[in-house]
Amino acid sequence: MTEKQLDDAIVGRAGRDGAALMRGWFDQLSETGRQGGHAAYVFVMGSMAEILRTFDIPMIFPEINSLQTAVRKVAHEYINEAEDYGYSTDICGYVKADVGLQLRGGAHPAGPIPKPTLTVLTNACNTYLKWAEIWERMYHIPVFTLDIPGSRSAHIQSRPGDLDFEREHRYVLVQIQELIELCEKLTGTAFDIDRLRVVLKHCNEMNRCWKRAIELNQARPAVFNALTDGTVYLGLANAFRGSEEGAQYFRQLVEELEYKVEHGIGTVIPEKYRLIFVGVPCYPLFRRFNEMFSEPGGAFVNSTYLWFASGGANLGFEFDLNRPLESLAEGVLISAREAMDAMFFQDQALIKMVERFHVDGIVFHPVKSCRTVSTGLADTRRVLMTKDIPSLFIESDMMDRRVVSEAQLKNRIDAFFEGLVTRKLQAAIQAGR
Amino acid sequence: MAHSAGVDVGSTQTKAVILNEERRIVGRALIDTGANVIAAADRAYHEAMQDAQLNETAVEYVVGTGYGRYRVTFGNAQVTEISCHGRGAVHMFPRTRSVIDMGGQDTKAIRVSATGEILDFCMNDKCAAGTGRFLGAAASALDIPLAELGVTALRADKPVKISTTCTVFAESEVVSWLGKGKRIEDILLGVHQSIAKRSIGLLRRVGIEEEVSFTGGVAKNIGMISVLNEALGLKMNVSEDSHFMGALGAALFAMDHILADRKVAEKAESKS
Repeated sequence: MTEKQLDDAIVGRAGRDGAALMRGWFDQLSETGRQGGHAAYVFVMGSMAEILRTFDIPMIFPEINSLQTAVRKVAHEYINEAEDYGYSTDICGYVKADVGLQLRGGAHPAGPIPKPTLTVLTNACNTYLKWAEIWERMYHIPVFTLDIPGSRSAHIQSRPGDLDFEREHRYVLVQIQELIELCEKLTGTAFDIDRLRVVLKHCNEMNRCWKRAIELNQARPAVFNALTDGTVYLGLANAFRGSEEGAQYFRQLVEELEYKVEHGIGTVIPEKYRLIFVGVPCYPLFRRFNEMFSEPGGAFVNSTYLWFASGGANLGFEFDLNRPLESLAEGVLISAREAMDAMFFQDQALIKMVERFHVDGIVFHPVKSCRTVSTGLADTRRVLMTKDIPSLFIESDMMDRRVVSEAQLKNRIDAFFEGLVTRKLQAAIQAGR
Repeated sequence: MAHSAGVDVGSTQTKAVILNEERRIVGRALIDTGANVIAAADRAYHEAMQDAQLNETAVEYVVGTGYGRYRVTFGNAQVTEISCHGRGAVHMFPRTRSVIDMGGQDTKAIRVSATGEILDFCMNDKCAAGTGRFLGAAASALDIPLAELGVTALRADKPVKISTTCTVFAESEVVSWLGKGKRIEDILLGVHQSIAKRSIGLLRRVGIEEEVSFTGGVAKNIGMISVLNEALGLKMNVSEDSHFMGALGAALFAMDHILADRKVAEKAESKS
């Protein structure tokens, strides 16, 4: 194979394969809907895919369904339907798009979405709790809430070996056993611990690769766009968690990224500024939002979204297959907390990231309809201001295009780059003296 | 002598400034933007040249700024009004470290370095509360010309509290205060205080550092100057040309280009 042929075969493979896999995933969901089988509604932060996949219960991610309506430019139709029904404009856009979807009997632009027969959620996002109650009322289905003792106090967390950690670990383990009992009851199938081992093995590979992929983006130029490509990878990381296809996809992703590092193949040409994205993407303007940064040479090299929306998989936690249940409880506890901290206490992680990823600036993107991820951003930004790290604070929304103004965003983004240009110029002048 | 121009196409008004090499304003123009943004930019530019008694060939470089900066079709470059207001304010008042720019559609708080570099900025989002438009809504509800708003507000002795943050609802709140028998002066001062409070909130986000300069069209309003000074506990810099500050900044960036290009040419010539 010539170098050109190798380039063509490897570079861009994750994008192509990812799109095909997601398409197949949506088709499979539609098939489940038609056949009327079990379907669990789950969330990206603590989906408990490890257990659900062991029981072959298909998982539906309402967050992904909702954001897909925004990317496909039809979110307003679903949101309006929920608002006409009585939901306030101030309620989470993901929730409202889902309510609109349920009111339409699951008619989604990617295909029909099955109704839930079970809901599994964690306390990683406060909205999850109220969201699940909607399905409970609509469909009278069991709602399983996994209560994860997140510290929610800056940088003070119990660690394996601590007495507190052992207590918390027992608390999570008991809940996982309850979930297993619920799944056994629902499916009429006995729990198979060896099947869980297989699922965890795939999870291990995916976690390992997820961590590695993020690390590879320290390369200059960055080998993937943390905002756009990263979101595609996130979809796969959630939808295919614990599956063989998922493990293979991420193995190949790492292979592609390593190839790009080796050959210096970047995403933004020329890469002038390396940026970190903090928050949830602006899905109504998904591509355009990124272009406003890439056109002046800005490349997103990392993102807190890659941490929390992967449920903390960025830690690369690996389960001990010799004690699968105990290890699963540990992994859930540690990873979900990482996801929570990625939303609430990012400052120290970001400061480290700036150095490791050679970052020029941080883009904070608080969104109107998600208080959970947006509330603490101002505090984080203030910490960064004391470290003289340039940052941009732009508000829009993840779903609702009524509160997204491209002209206003562009104006602020342009001014941010003007500041970065001046800063580089000043630094060059100082260095030349 | 070379000249540069800055054209600031705002949501309400378009401003143009012509600078000479000494960075002194030699011509200016201010017109309503209206519906035809391209024509407004062109007209303001030509009126400013007329004011400077120059023809087009005398202007070597033009920078467009403001929301309509990409509609300055004859412009050589575009710079955001955030950078331009910062640059203009530092040029006018060299000790400026913070800028409040209050325009028709938005209010900006900008923190700048001694060289006019933007260190941080913050703007009102997706809503005209706390901007000139908010004052316009109150003026319309009270049937008072914009130019008299500030003077009238300063005659108040018991300002009302305006609680709404929506420009559209501001009008109905003003009317409701009138219905309760409140004096126009007291209502107006309340409106000014409400806007000042929001603007200072923006300034606090970026950090208030003295000296503070007040720019934009609303800086012509003495009532707003007074209310802001009192709330900040300091005396802001306000120039007669405050509403031209964006255009001035743009013209300064344009002059940088002219002088830099000249240096490059001189260097090349001396080498050859």
